[in-house]
Amino acid sequence: MRALVGFWRLHRLGALGGALVVLFFVTGLAAPVLMPRDPNQINVQAALQPPGRAHVLGTDNLGRDLASRIVYGARVSLYISVTAVAFGLIAGTGLGTVAGYYPRFDTPIMRLVDMMLAFPGIIVALTIISILGRGVENLIVAIGVVQIPQFARLAHGLTLAAKDRAYVEAAVAAGAPDRRIIVGHILPNCLAPLIVQVSLLIPAAITTAASLSFLGLGVPPPTAEWGAMLQNSLQWARLAPHVMVIPGLALMLVVFGFNVLGDGLRDAMDPRLRTAGSSRAASGSTPPG
Amino acid sequence: MAIYVVRRILSSVPILLLAVTAVFFAFQVIPGDPARLYVGSDASEEAVEQARRDLGLDRPVGVQYLSYLARLARADLGRSISTRRPVSVELGSRFVNTVKLSLASIVLAAAGGIALGTIAAVNQGTVWDHAATLLALLGISIPVFWLGLLLMYLLSVQWQLLPSAGNDTWLHYFMPTVSLATFSLAFIARMTRSSLLEVIRQDYVRTARAKGVPDSMVVLGHALRNALLPVTIVVGLRFGYMLGGAVVTEEVFAWPGLGRLLVTAVGQRDIPVIQGVLLVFAASFVLVNMAVDLVYGFLDPQIHYR
Repeated sequence: MRALVGFWRLHRLGALGGALVVLFFVTGLAAPVLMPRDPNQINVQAALQPPGRAHVLGTDNLGRDLASRIVYGARVSLYISVTAVAFGLIAGTGLGTVAGYYPRFDTPIMRLVDMMLAFPGIIVALTIISILGRGVENLIVAIGVVQIPQFARLAHGLTLAAKDRAYVEAAVAAGAPDRRIIVGHILPNCLAPLIVQVSLLIPAAITTAASLSFLGLGVPPPTAEWGAMLQNSLQWARLAPHVMVIPGLALMLVVFGFNVLGDGLRDAMDPRLRTAGSSRAASGSTPPG
Repeated sequence: MAIYVVRRILSSVPILLLAVTAVFFAFQVIPGDPARLYVGSDASEEAVEQARRDLGLDRPVGVQYLSYLARLARADLGRSISTRRPVSVELGSRFVNTVKLSLASIVLAAAGGIALGTIAAVNQGTVWDHAATLLALLGISIPVFWLGLLLMYLLSVQWQLLPSAGNDTWLHYFMPTVSLATFSLAFIARMTRSSLLEVIRQDYVRTARAKGVPDSMVVLGHALRNALLPVTIVVGLRFGYMLGGAVVTEEVFAWPGLGRLLVTAVGQRDIPVIQGVLLVFAASFVLVNMAVDLVYGFLDPQIHYR
């Protein structure tokens, strides 16, 4: 609790981001409780209604309740981004640690990682979808693979640094098996930077998923997904701009929340940046417009 | 120095070869029969067999790979399944359009980002700094395609100021350039700010101030020159990403570039075109990275080459 209060004092904006992130998680997890209304319930009589009493955020071209679709959209984004990043975290950290710990695996694994980093993430994801086909599971695999090289490079660097530390040398001298050294000594010391990396890659995963759905290559309709909702809004924005504004705003708020939380965490964990961090945190006194 | 340049150029060869290999083998595991894909689902069994022989798909994978390399060396990327035209022809004009859009965007992003970051750093802690920092945060948070849609809605649909699709006149450049540049602009602004803040604390800046050099000269002549070194790298890398990452922007504004071609090809499972676009992306990214490293080598007197 005291740590939370301290974080709020030093990093107002970061704490605001944390609040947005918590809101996103709660909304996604509790979607059926928060919104008893079916997000796919069609009601053509009530199509394209602006935000009002009956529908807090209005309705889309089929009369579906936008508030429900936004809340269920959070659930879809949460599911895709968390599973994809978990996939990338496990595979990438595994590869990076092995490459860092065993010199003979270093070059082959890290060259592969370099090669993957030569393609922008969305291109790698597009390629994988073109091979596997569309669908939520394939989207998760595609975005997860995109995260692998990012985690691998970080874990590789951290492992190399940890290998020279006294506690690892001591474990080696004591005859501990490799697996115990990696799992018991090296990985726990990589945890903090990896957590920061997760907080920075989840918004990237959310954006990539929404972009692919917007391109018609991600989550198929009629599932309520923010990118797919934006794709659908293209034809109707002229008549009812709210169908275009609201899903994009939701997407941006979540990404913004993760970004400022990530900034705050990074500053909090790296005291060298504290001066820059506190000045950035002070800007939290002006709430984002 | 010459040895460094040669070594840097040679070191990108294995990465390129690895990319070619990955692009070739990734599509070996694709579900479905590529020969059937080529002739269409209603073609006869004989036509499929004929296509399999014509495309060389009946030979062992290793042989196919070697002949793929040999054809690449002659710039032969195969033919598009949907248009039957050579892939290299399809790619040519699209590539030029993507490069034009990326160049316009990187110029906007670099100029705007460095200006915004400098304003923030020089006025550290003031309202200007907070406004610039918040603007940069919003810039890295706003989804590219949503920004594009908003611009299009306001400027083309509501106020009818700008054309919404295509690349015929210079007016067509405005919205796609702004959309594609925003993330990089914000990213470069954040980078410039933190780099400049670090440099401003250095002894030589304090010395310059102590000598009575005017503030603007201290920033422009001493601090910024050094602070921009790491920013140069980021600008180069962002340019490389723009070439490939323009997919969404191109799709929103119907910009006839490589990204749009890729999305269409993925939709049609036009594998030769997908492979061709991927190779062009990989090659340009590797080349841009190499150029960035070389430029950095010339700019930074602290780097010694062995």
